[in-house]
Amino acid sequence: MHKEDLTEILRQHPFLFGLSDEMMHVLIGCASNVRYAEGEYLIHEGEVANNFFMIRTGRVALEIDVVGKPDLRILTTGPGEVLGWSWLISPYRWHFNGVAVVETRAVALDAECLRNKCEGDPLFGYEMLKRLAQVMERRLEATRLQLLDLYGTSLTEGQR
Amino acid sequence: MTRKAAAVAAPVAADPMMTHPVMIRRVIWENDDTFTLSLDLSDALPEYRFQPGQFNMVYLYGLGEVAISISSDPARTGTLDHTIHRVGTVTTALAHKKRGDIIGLRGPFGSSWPVEAGRGKDICIVTGGIGLAPLRPLIYSILRERDAFGRVIVMYGGRSPLDLLYRVELEKWGNEHQVEVLVTVDRGDSSWKGHIGVVTTLFSYIKLDARNTVTYVCGPEVMMKYTVDELERRGIPSDQVYLSMERNMKCAVGFCGHCQFGPTFICKEGPVYPLPRIRQLLDRKEL
Repeated sequence: MHKEDLTEILRQHPFLFGLSDEMMHVLIGCASNVRYAEGEYLIHEGEVANNFFMIRTGRVALEIDVVGKPDLRILTTGPGEVLGWSWLISPYRWHFNGVAVVETRAVALDAECLRNKCEGDPLFGYEMLKRLAQVMERRLEATRLQLLDLYGTSLTEGQR
Repeated sequence: MTRKAAAVAAPVAADPMMTHPVMIRRVIWENDDTFTLSLDLSDALPEYRFQPGQFNMVYLYGLGEVAISISSDPARTGTLDHTIHRVGTVTTALAHKKRGDIIGLRGPFGSSWPVEAGRGKDICIVTGGIGLAPLRPLIYSILRERDAFGRVIVMYGGRSPLDLLYRVELEKWGNEHQVEVLVTVDRGDSSWKGHIGVVTTLFSYIKLDARNTVTYVCGPEVMMKYTVDELERRGIPSDQVYLSMERNMKCAVGFCGHCQFGPTFICKEGPVYPLPRIRQLLDRKEL
Protein backbone atom coordinates (compact mmCIF):
# COMPACT_ATOMS: atom_id res chain seq x y z
CA MET A 1 0.00 0.00 0.00
CA HIS A 2 1.24 3.50 -0.82
CA LYS A 3 2.22 5.77 2.01
CA GLU A 4 -0.39 8.30 0.82
CA ASP A 5 -3.18 5.71 1.08
CA LEU A 6 -2.08 4.74 4.58
CA THR A 7 -1.98 8.39 5.61
CA GLU A 8 -5.55 8.80 4.48
CA ILE A 9 -6.63 5.70 6.40
CA LEU A 10 -4.92 6.96 9.54
CA ARG A 11 -6.44 10.41 9.22
CA GLN A 12 -9.87 8.84 9.40
CA HIS A 13 -9.09 6.91 12.57
CA PRO A 14 -10.62 8.65 15.63
CA PHE A 15 -7.47 8.12 17.70
CA LEU A 16 -5.62 10.46 15.34
CA PHE A 17 -8.32 13.06 14.66
CA GLY A 18 -6.73 16.51 14.52
CA LEU A 19 -3.12 15.28 14.48
CA SER A 20 -0.91 17.79 12.66
CA ASP A 21 0.54 16.96 9.24
CA GLU A 22 4.05 16.99 10.70
CA MET A 23 3.17 14.48 13.39
CA MET A 24 1.27 12.33 10.91
CA HIS A 25 4.39 12.28 8.79
CA VAL A 26 6.42 11.08 11.79
CA LEU A 27 3.87 8.40 12.58
CA ILE A 28 3.42 7.04 9.09
CA GLY A 29 6.99 5.76 8.98
CA CYS A 30 6.06 3.17 11.62
CA ALA A 31 2.75 2.07 10.10
CA SER A 32 1.71 -0.93 8.07
CA ASN A 33 -1.64 -2.33 7.00
CA VAL A 34 -2.55 -5.71 8.53
CA ARG A 35 -5.41 -8.20 8.28
CA TYR A 36 -6.30 -11.06 10.62
CA ALA A 37 -8.65 -13.95 9.91
CA GLU A 38 -11.32 -14.96 12.41
CA GLY A 39 -9.68 -16.81 15.30
CA GLU A 40 -6.19 -15.49 14.55
CA TYR A 41 -4.26 -13.98 17.45
CA LEU A 42 -2.89 -10.43 17.21
CA ILE A 43 -1.14 -10.52 20.57
CA HIS A 44 -0.18 -13.16 23.13
CA GLU A 45 0.08 -12.68 26.89
CA GLY A 46 3.72 -12.50 28.04
CA GLU A 47 5.16 -11.88 24.59
CA VAL A 48 6.97 -8.71 23.58
CA ALA A 49 4.54 -5.91 22.75
CA ASN A 50 5.91 -5.07 19.35
CA ASN A 51 2.87 -3.37 17.84
CA PHE A 52 0.23 -0.77 18.54
CA PHE A 53 -2.97 -1.49 16.60
CA MET A 54 -5.56 0.91 15.26
CA ILE A 55 -8.60 -1.16 14.42
CA ARG A 56 -10.28 -0.31 11.11
CA THR A 57 -12.87 -3.07 10.72
CA GLY A 58 -13.81 -6.22 12.60
CA ARG A 59 -13.49 -6.96 16.30
CA VAL A 60 -10.73 -8.12 18.63
CA ALA A 61 -11.40 -9.78 21.99
CA LEU A 62 -9.01 -9.45 24.90
CA GLU A 63 -8.64 -12.69 26.84
CA ILE A 64 -7.06 -13.57 30.15
CA ASP A 65 -5.42 -16.96 30.62
CA VAL A 66 -7.14 -18.64 33.56
CA VAL A 67 -5.39 -21.82 34.63
CA GLY A 68 -7.70 -24.81 34.39
CA LYS A 69 -10.51 -22.84 32.77
CA PRO A 70 -11.39 -21.66 29.30
CA ASP A 71 -9.89 -18.27 28.49
CA LEU A 72 -12.05 -15.46 29.82
CA ARG A 73 -12.96 -12.73 27.36
CA ILE A 74 -13.19 -9.39 29.13
CA LEU A 75 -13.35 -6.76 26.44
CA THR A 76 -13.68 -6.29 22.71
CA THR A 77 -12.29 -3.45 20.65
CA GLY A 78 -13.72 -2.55 17.30
CA PRO A 79 -13.59 -0.06 14.43
CA GLY A 80 -12.22 3.32 15.47
CA GLU A 81 -10.58 1.97 18.62
CA VAL A 82 -7.03 1.03 19.49
CA LEU A 83 -5.50 -2.10 20.91
CA GLY A 84 -2.64 -2.16 23.36
CA TRP A 85 -0.57 0.27 25.38
CA SER A 86 2.04 -2.22 26.63
CA TRP A 87 4.25 -1.08 23.72
CA LEU A 88 4.75 2.20 25.62
CA ILE A 89 5.22 0.90 29.14
CA SER A 90 8.30 -1.01 30.24
CA PRO A 91 8.92 -3.99 30.15
CA TYR A 92 6.87 -3.87 26.91
CA ARG A 93 5.08 -7.20 27.28
CA TRP A 94 1.43 -7.97 26.61
CA HIS A 95 -0.78 -8.65 29.62
CA PHE A 96 -3.58 -10.25 27.60
CA ASN A 97 -4.26 -12.33 24.55
CA GLY A 98 -5.96 -10.55 21.68
CA VAL A 99 -7.89 -12.63 19.16
CA ALA A 100 -9.82 -11.58 16.07
CA VAL A 101 -13.45 -12.52 16.76
CA VAL A 102 -14.29 -11.84 13.13
CA GLU A 103 -12.03 -10.92 10.23
CA THR A 104 -10.23 -7.78 11.33
CA ARG A 105 -8.29 -5.11 9.49
CA ALA A 106 -6.03 -2.70 11.31
CA VAL A 107 -3.06 -0.43 10.99
CA ALA A 108 -0.15 -1.78 13.01
CA LEU A 109 2.43 0.70 14.30
CA ASP A 110 5.81 -0.83 15.02
CA ALA A 111 6.43 -0.41 18.75
CA GLU A 112 10.17 0.12 18.70
CA CYS A 113 9.89 2.62 15.83
CA LEU A 114 7.14 4.50 17.64
CA ARG A 115 8.99 4.53 20.96
CA ASN A 116 12.10 5.89 19.28
CA LYS A 117 10.09 8.66 17.66
CA CYS A 118 8.41 9.49 20.98
CA GLU A 119 11.83 9.68 22.67
CA GLY A 120 13.35 11.69 19.85
CA ASP A 121 10.51 14.20 19.57
CA PRO A 122 9.05 14.97 23.02
CA LEU A 123 6.18 17.00 21.52
CA PHE A 124 5.16 14.05 19.41
CA GLY A 125 5.66 11.70 22.36
CA TYR A 126 3.50 13.87 24.62
CA GLU A 127 0.77 14.02 21.97
CA MET A 128 0.72 10.22 21.74
CA LEU A 129 0.68 9.92 25.52
CA LYS A 130 -2.24 12.37 25.89
CA ARG A 131 -4.30 10.45 23.37
CA LEU A 132 -3.44 7.11 24.93
CA ALA A 133 -4.24 8.45 28.41
CA GLN A 134 -7.77 9.24 27.23
CA VAL A 135 -8.20 5.69 26.02
CA MET A 136 -6.86 4.38 29.33
CA GLU A 137 -9.22 6.62 31.30
CA ARG A 138 -12.25 5.40 29.34
CA ARG A 139 -11.19 1.77 29.68
CA LEU A 140 -10.63 2.17 33.41
CA GLU A 141 -14.07 3.71 33.82
CA ALA A 142 -15.65 0.89 31.80
CA THR A 143 -13.76 -1.73 33.81
CA ARG A 144 -15.01 -0.24 37.07
CA LEU A 145 -18.56 -0.50 35.79
CA GLN A 146 -17.97 -4.10 34.73
CA LEU A 147 -16.66 -4.91 38.20
CA LEU A 148 -19.93 -3.70 39.72
CA ASP A 149 -21.69 -6.61 38.03
CA LEU A 150 -24.64 -4.27 37.52
CA TYR A 151 -27.04 -6.70 35.99
CA GLY A 152 -26.37 -9.55 38.38
CA THR A 153 -26.91 -8.09 41.80
CA SER A 154 -28.46 -4.67 41.66
CA LEU A 155 -32.11 -5.61 41.79
CA THR A 156 -34.13 -6.07 44.92
CA GLU A 157 -37.73 -7.10 45.27
CA GLY A 158 -40.13 -4.22 44.87
CA GLN A 159 -38.17 -2.76 42.00
CA ARG A 160 -39.42 -3.25 38.52
CA MET B 1 -45.82 21.88 30.38
CA THR B 2 -45.19 20.74 26.81
CA ARG B 3 -45.30 17.13 25.78
CA LYS B 4 -41.64 17.30 24.80
CA ALA B 5 -40.62 18.49 28.23
CA ALA B 6 -42.41 15.87 30.27
CA ALA B 7 -43.07 12.19 30.24
CA VAL B 8 -46.65 11.53 29.30
CA ALA B 9 -49.34 11.26 31.96
CA ALA B 10 -50.90 7.91 31.23
CA PRO B 11 -54.00 5.87 32.09
CA VAL B 12 -54.55 4.97 35.72
CA ALA B 13 -57.08 2.42 36.92
CA ALA B 14 -60.45 3.73 38.20
CA ASP B 15 -59.82 2.37 41.70
CA PRO B 16 -56.06 2.10 41.94
CA MET B 17 -56.13 0.10 45.19
CA MET B 18 -58.45 -2.59 43.79
CA THR B 19 -56.70 -5.83 42.86
CA HIS B 20 -58.15 -7.88 40.01
CA PRO B 21 -57.70 -11.63 39.60
CA VAL B 22 -56.11 -12.52 36.28
CA MET B 23 -55.07 -15.85 34.83
CA ILE B 24 -51.58 -16.81 33.70
CA ARG B 25 -51.82 -17.75 30.04
CA ARG B 26 -48.18 -18.65 29.51
CA VAL B 27 -44.80 -18.68 31.30
CA ILE B 28 -41.69 -18.06 29.19
CA TRP B 29 -38.25 -18.43 30.71
CA GLU B 30 -35.97 -15.77 29.20
CA ASN B 31 -32.86 -16.91 31.10
CA ASP B 32 -32.02 -18.74 34.35
CA ASP B 33 -33.38 -15.97 36.57
CA THR B 34 -35.87 -14.12 34.43
CA PHE B 35 -39.25 -15.16 33.16
CA THR B 36 -42.18 -13.58 31.38
CA LEU B 37 -45.74 -14.08 32.60
CA SER B 38 -48.27 -13.64 29.86
CA LEU B 39 -51.59 -12.80 31.51
CA ASP B 40 -55.13 -13.21 30.27
CA LEU B 41 -57.12 -10.05 30.99
CA SER B 42 -60.17 -10.86 28.89
CA ASP B 43 -62.45 -11.74 31.83
CA ALA B 44 -61.28 -9.54 34.69
CA LEU B 45 -60.04 -6.45 32.84
CA PRO B 46 -61.40 -6.37 29.28
CA GLU B 47 -61.03 -2.59 29.06
CA TYR B 48 -57.48 -2.49 30.39
CA ARG B 49 -55.11 -0.20 28.43
CA PHE B 50 -51.61 1.03 29.21
CA GLN B 51 -48.89 3.23 27.79
CA PRO B 52 -45.27 2.13 27.16
CA GLY B 53 -43.18 2.45 30.32
CA GLN B 54 -45.98 2.02 32.85
CA PHE B 55 -46.04 -0.65 35.55
CA ASN B 56 -48.52 -2.79 37.48
CA MET B 57 -48.60 -4.03 41.04
CA VAL B 58 -48.58 -7.82 40.84
CA TYR B 59 -50.09 -9.52 43.87
CA LEU B 60 -49.55 -13.05 45.03
CA TYR B 61 -52.34 -13.87 47.42
CA GLY B 62 -51.17 -14.33 50.98
CA LEU B 63 -47.58 -13.45 50.17
CA GLY B 64 -47.22 -9.91 48.92
CA GLU B 65 -47.16 -7.46 46.07
CA VAL B 66 -44.40 -6.24 43.74
CA ALA B 67 -44.14 -3.49 41.14
CA ILE B 68 -43.41 -4.93 37.70
CA SER B 69 -43.06 -3.07 34.42
CA ILE B 70 -45.26 -4.04 31.53
CA SER B 71 -43.21 -5.58 28.73
CA SER B 72 -45.80 -6.30 26.03
CA ASP B 73 -47.20 -4.42 23.08
CA PRO B 74 -49.65 -1.69 24.19
CA ALA B 75 -51.69 -2.26 21.04
CA ARG B 76 -52.46 -5.84 22.03
CA THR B 77 -55.64 -6.06 24.09
CA GLY B 78 -56.92 -8.82 26.35
CA THR B 79 -53.42 -9.87 27.30
CA LEU B 80 -50.38 -8.43 29.01
CA ASP B 81 -46.77 -9.49 29.64
CA HIS B 82 -44.62 -8.95 32.69
CA THR B 83 -40.95 -9.89 32.51
CA ILE B 84 -39.78 -10.61 36.04
CA HIS B 85 -36.34 -11.05 37.57
CA ARG B 86 -36.37 -13.65 40.36
CA VAL B 87 -34.76 -11.84 43.31
CA GLY B 88 -36.95 -12.07 46.43
CA THR B 89 -39.82 -13.85 48.14
CA VAL B 90 -42.68 -12.75 45.90
CA THR B 91 -40.84 -12.97 42.59
CA THR B 92 -39.43 -16.39 43.52
CA ALA B 93 -42.96 -17.58 44.32
CA LEU B 94 -44.19 -16.07 41.04
CA ALA B 95 -41.51 -18.08 39.25
CA HIS B 96 -43.23 -21.26 40.41
CA LYS B 97 -46.58 -20.29 38.93
CA LYS B 98 -47.86 -22.05 35.86
CA ARG B 99 -50.40 -21.69 33.12
CA GLY B 100 -53.93 -21.43 34.52
CA ASP B 101 -52.87 -20.08 37.95
CA ILE B 102 -54.52 -16.88 39.20
CA ILE B 103 -52.60 -13.85 40.45
CA GLY B 104 -53.74 -10.35 41.44
CA LEU B 105 -53.14 -7.24 39.38
CA ARG B 106 -53.72 -3.53 39.86
CA GLY B 107 -52.64 -0.75 37.59
CA PRO B 108 -51.43 0.61 35.30
CA PHE B 109 -49.37 3.17 37.19
CA GLY B 110 -46.87 5.89 36.49
CA SER B 111 -45.77 8.07 33.62
CA SER B 112 -44.87 6.65 30.22
CA TRP B 113 -42.24 6.98 27.51
CA PRO B 114 -43.18 9.98 25.33
CA VAL B 115 -43.36 8.27 21.96
CA GLU B 116 -44.48 11.50 20.30
CA ALA B 117 -41.28 13.28 21.31
CA GLY B 118 -39.37 10.98 18.97
CA ARG B 119 -41.67 11.26 15.97
CA GLY B 120 -39.73 12.40 12.89
CA LYS B 121 -36.43 12.05 14.75
CA ASP B 122 -33.73 9.47 15.27
CA ILE B 123 -34.32 7.22 18.25
CA CYS B 124 -31.58 5.96 20.53
CA ILE B 125 -32.55 3.40 23.16
CA VAL B 126 -29.92 2.55 25.76
CA THR B 127 -30.60 -0.24 28.18
CA GLY B 128 -29.06 -2.92 30.34
CA GLY B 129 -30.20 -6.12 32.02
CA ILE B 130 -33.91 -6.27 32.72
CA GLY B 131 -34.15 -2.59 31.76
CA LEU B 132 -35.03 -3.79 28.28
CA ALA B 133 -38.42 -5.02 29.55
CA PRO B 134 -39.99 -1.57 30.21
CA LEU B 135 -38.58 -0.37 26.88
CA ARG B 136 -40.02 -3.19 24.81
CA PRO B 137 -43.53 -1.61 24.65
CA LEU B 138 -41.89 1.58 23.39
CA ILE B 139 -40.02 -0.37 20.71
CA TYR B 140 -43.26 -2.06 19.63
CA SER B 141 -44.96 1.35 19.40
CA ILE B 142 -42.14 2.75 17.26
CA LEU B 143 -42.02 -0.28 14.98
CA ARG B 144 -45.77 -0.10 14.38
CA GLU B 145 -45.15 3.26 12.70
CA ARG B 146 -41.58 2.63 11.65
CA ASP B 147 -41.69 5.15 8.80
CA ALA B 148 -42.61 7.95 11.19
CA PHE B 149 -39.17 7.76 12.79
CA GLY B 150 -35.63 8.15 11.49
CA ARG B 151 -32.84 5.82 12.54
CA VAL B 152 -33.73 3.53 15.42
CA ILE B 153 -30.79 2.38 17.49
CA VAL B 154 -31.03 -0.08 20.37
CA MET B 155 -27.96 -0.45 22.56
CA TYR B 156 -28.33 -3.27 25.05
CA GLY B 157 -25.93 -4.57 27.69
CA GLY B 158 -26.21 -7.86 29.53
CA ARG B 159 -24.21 -9.82 32.06
CA SER B 160 -23.39 -12.68 29.68
CA PRO B 161 -24.74 -14.00 26.37
CA LEU B 162 -27.02 -16.42 28.21
CA ASP B 163 -28.49 -13.60 30.31
CA LEU B 164 -29.72 -11.57 27.34
CA LEU B 165 -33.48 -11.06 27.11
CA TYR B 166 -35.64 -11.42 24.00
CA ARG B 167 -32.78 -12.71 21.86
CA VAL B 168 -35.01 -13.80 18.98
CA GLU B 169 -36.77 -10.43 18.92
CA LEU B 170 -33.51 -8.48 19.03
CA GLU B 171 -32.44 -10.29 15.89
CA LYS B 172 -35.82 -9.77 14.26
CA TRP B 173 -35.82 -6.03 15.01
CA GLY B 174 -32.45 -5.80 13.30
CA ASN B 175 -33.29 -7.97 10.31
CA GLU B 176 -36.87 -6.95 9.58
CA HIS B 177 -37.39 -3.46 10.95
CA GLN B 178 -34.20 -1.57 10.12
CA VAL B 179 -33.26 -1.24 13.76
CA GLU B 180 -29.56 -0.89 14.50
CA VAL B 181 -29.22 -3.37 17.33
CA LEU B 182 -25.93 -3.28 19.24
CA VAL B 183 -25.58 -5.84 22.00
CA THR B 184 -22.74 -6.16 24.47
CA VAL B 185 -22.06 -8.39 27.46
CA ASP B 186 -19.87 -7.98 30.52
CA ARG B 187 -18.18 -11.30 29.94
CA GLY B 188 -18.23 -13.90 27.24
CA ASP B 189 -16.48 -17.01 26.03
CA SER B 190 -15.09 -17.97 22.65
CA SER B 191 -18.55 -18.85 21.31
CA TRP B 192 -19.67 -15.21 21.64
CA LYS B 193 -18.83 -13.21 18.53
CA GLY B 194 -20.39 -9.95 19.69
CA HIS B 195 -19.15 -7.04 21.78
CA ILE B 196 -17.79 -7.39 25.30
CA GLY B 197 -17.78 -4.39 27.63
CA VAL B 198 -20.26 -2.09 29.33
CA VAL B 199 -23.10 -0.65 27.29
CA THR B 200 -21.58 2.85 27.16
CA THR B 201 -18.65 1.49 25.11
CA LEU B 202 -21.11 0.91 22.25
CA PHE B 203 -21.30 4.67 21.68
CA SER B 204 -17.89 4.35 19.99
CA TYR B 205 -19.51 2.49 17.11
CA ILE B 206 -22.33 4.85 16.24
CA LYS B 207 -22.52 8.44 15.18
CA LEU B 208 -25.50 10.33 16.57
CA ASP B 209 -27.05 13.41 15.06
CA ALA B 210 -27.19 15.25 18.38
CA ARG B 211 -29.90 17.81 17.52
CA ASN B 212 -32.14 15.22 15.92
CA THR B 213 -31.90 12.30 18.35
CA VAL B 214 -34.29 11.45 21.17
CA THR B 215 -32.89 9.01 23.71
CA TYR B 216 -34.71 6.66 26.07
CA VAL B 217 -32.68 5.04 28.85
CA CYS B 218 -33.53 2.30 31.33
CA GLY B 219 -31.27 0.09 33.40
CA PRO B 220 -29.38 0.04 36.70
CA GLU B 221 -29.02 3.60 38.01
CA VAL B 222 -25.21 3.61 37.76
CA MET B 223 -25.47 2.54 34.13
CA MET B 224 -27.95 5.33 33.44
CA LYS B 225 -25.71 7.90 35.12
CA TYR B 226 -22.75 6.93 32.94
CA THR B 227 -25.01 6.84 29.89
CA VAL B 228 -26.13 10.41 30.63
CA ASP B 229 -22.46 11.44 30.92
CA GLU B 230 -21.81 9.85 27.53
CA LEU B 231 -24.84 11.55 25.95
CA GLU B 232 -23.72 14.91 27.32
CA ARG B 233 -20.24 14.27 25.94
CA ARG B 234 -21.86 13.72 22.55
CA GLY B 235 -23.89 16.91 22.74
CA ILE B 236 -27.36 15.40 23.05
CA PRO B 237 -29.55 18.15 24.58
CA SER B 238 -30.89 17.07 27.96
CA ASP B 239 -34.50 17.78 26.98
CA GLN B 240 -34.19 15.03 24.39
CA VAL B 241 -33.33 12.39 26.99
CA TYR B 242 -35.80 10.34 29.07
CA LEU B 243 -34.99 7.93 31.87
CA SER B 244 -37.00 5.37 33.79
CA MET B 245 -36.09 5.45 37.47
CA GLU B 246 -36.27 2.70 40.05
CA ARG B 247 -37.12 2.62 43.76
CA ASN B 248 -39.06 0.26 45.99
CA MET B 249 -42.73 0.71 45.22
CA LYS B 250 -45.39 -0.22 47.75
CA CYS B 251 -48.68 1.63 47.31
CA ALA B 252 -48.05 2.85 43.73
CA VAL B 253 -50.35 5.83 44.26
CA GLY B 254 -48.10 8.28 46.11
CA PHE B 255 -49.34 7.64 49.69
CA CYS B 256 -46.66 5.57 51.33
CA GLY B 257 -43.50 7.43 50.31
CA HIS B 258 -41.39 4.31 49.79
CA CYS B 259 -40.45 5.37 46.27
CA GLN B 260 -39.50 8.93 47.11
CA PHE B 261 -36.74 10.26 44.85
CA GLY B 262 -35.76 13.74 45.95
CA PRO B 263 -38.86 15.90 45.65
CA THR B 264 -40.82 13.35 43.63
CA PHE B 265 -42.54 10.01 44.11
CA ILE B 266 -41.48 7.66 41.33
CA CYS B 267 -44.79 5.82 41.34
CA LYS B 268 -46.70 9.01 40.54
CA GLU B 269 -44.49 11.46 38.70
CA GLY B 270 -42.23 8.71 37.34
CA PRO B 271 -41.00 6.18 36.58
CA VAL B 272 -40.27 7.94 33.28
CA TYR B 273 -38.72 11.39 33.70
CA PRO B 274 -37.32 13.91 31.27
CA LEU B 275 -33.65 14.24 32.17
CA PRO B 276 -33.74 17.95 33.16
CA ARG B 277 -36.25 17.08 35.93
CA ILE B 278 -33.82 14.70 37.67
CA ARG B 279 -30.34 15.56 36.37
CA GLN B 280 -29.14 17.00 39.67
CA LEU B 281 -30.53 14.06 41.62
CA LEU B 282 -28.47 11.53 39.67
CA ASP B 283 -25.27 12.81 41.25
CA ARG B 284 -26.64 12.84 44.80
CA LYS B 285 -26.00 10.01 47.20
CA GLU B 286 -28.58 8.37 49.47
CA LEU B 287 -31.62 9.48 47.56
